[in-house]
Amino acid sequence: MAVCVAVIAKENYPLYIRSIPTENELKFHYMVHTSLDVVDEKISAMGKALVDQRELYLGLLYPTEDYKVYGYVTNSKVKFVMVVDSSNTALRDNEIRSMFRKLHNSYTDVMCNPFYNPGDRIQSRAFDSMVTSMMIQVLSRAPCCRAGEALWA
Amino acid sequence: MADEALFLLLHNEMVSGVYKSAEQGEVVSAAKALEENGRCITKLENMGFRVGQGLIERFTKDTARFKDELDIMKFICKDFWTTVFKKQIDNLRTNHQGIYVLQDNKFRLLTQMSAGKQYLEHASKYLAFTCGLIRGGLSNLGIKSIVTAEVSSMPACKFQVMIQKL
Repeated sequence: MAVCVAVIAKENYPLYIRSIPTENELKFHYMVHTSLDVVDEKISAMGKALVDQRELYLGLLYPTEDYKVYGYVTNSKVKFVMVVDSSNTALRDNEIRSMFRKLHNSYTDVMCNPFYNPGDRIQSRAFDSMVTSMMIQVLSRAPCCRAGEALWA
Repeated sequence: MADEALFLLLHNEMVSGVYKSAEQGEVVSAAKALEENGRCITKLENMGFRVGQGLIERFTKDTARFKDELDIMKFICKDFWTTVFKKQIDNLRTNHQGIYVLQDNKFRLLTQMSAGKQYLEHASKYLAFTCGLIRGGLSNLGIKSIVTAEVSSMPACKFQVMIQKL
């Protein structure tokens, strides 16, 4: 489902970005870049909200024709942006939320690694394979859904 | 219970390790010794800074977004302090202009050391790591600050946090 996963630092430069159709990488970079304004807007609107509404998960940032962009901001102002294929309608909000949690857990592990300098590009292999699993999980499930549809048709 | 002692022992070893590695050369003059002392304090402070950054990332993973600066300071005094030092800060004061004073009447890193003014001159090296811890935590939450510690009678101590406005 996730076709692109990005981690953006406090100062709005990318710490990590990866997309699955590698031939069109720039398009995804552009999408992530434009989503940052929406993230900023959502955070500043959230400051006044009640405690239980001040969640780290920001929800859908904006939809485009083919993709949906979701956002998440940690307390340390690190942003996670995920681009999802919008043809995959089976994907629920809760699943996206749990994917972001997984991403956050993994990022925390990277942060607590003494060999990682905060603010550097993330080159951890554990993090990389976690992101891969998130992208593949989606890919392996998508054909499965399609098979189901064929069955119904 | 034993796991509480581990942090204390590790911290003590860390302080003496840093000082021992600095002591390699012969001490020539008092001025030189003072300079060396400053270098050790900075080293300990930087270690604390990095640890604070990592810790705060872990501790704030499941908490709601912070409302403002005071909210963050309260988190440091309650949750952060409880996890690291097994007790809350006893008193938090602020002038609402970027200065916070955190007072701990029974600071865990000093309790085993002295109960009064004995060894007072050594207190600063056992507080440097904690100063860094606070500074690192705050910096990761987006607040630049200067943290200094002050002891008049052990084991009580005060941490002064000066927020650097951009």
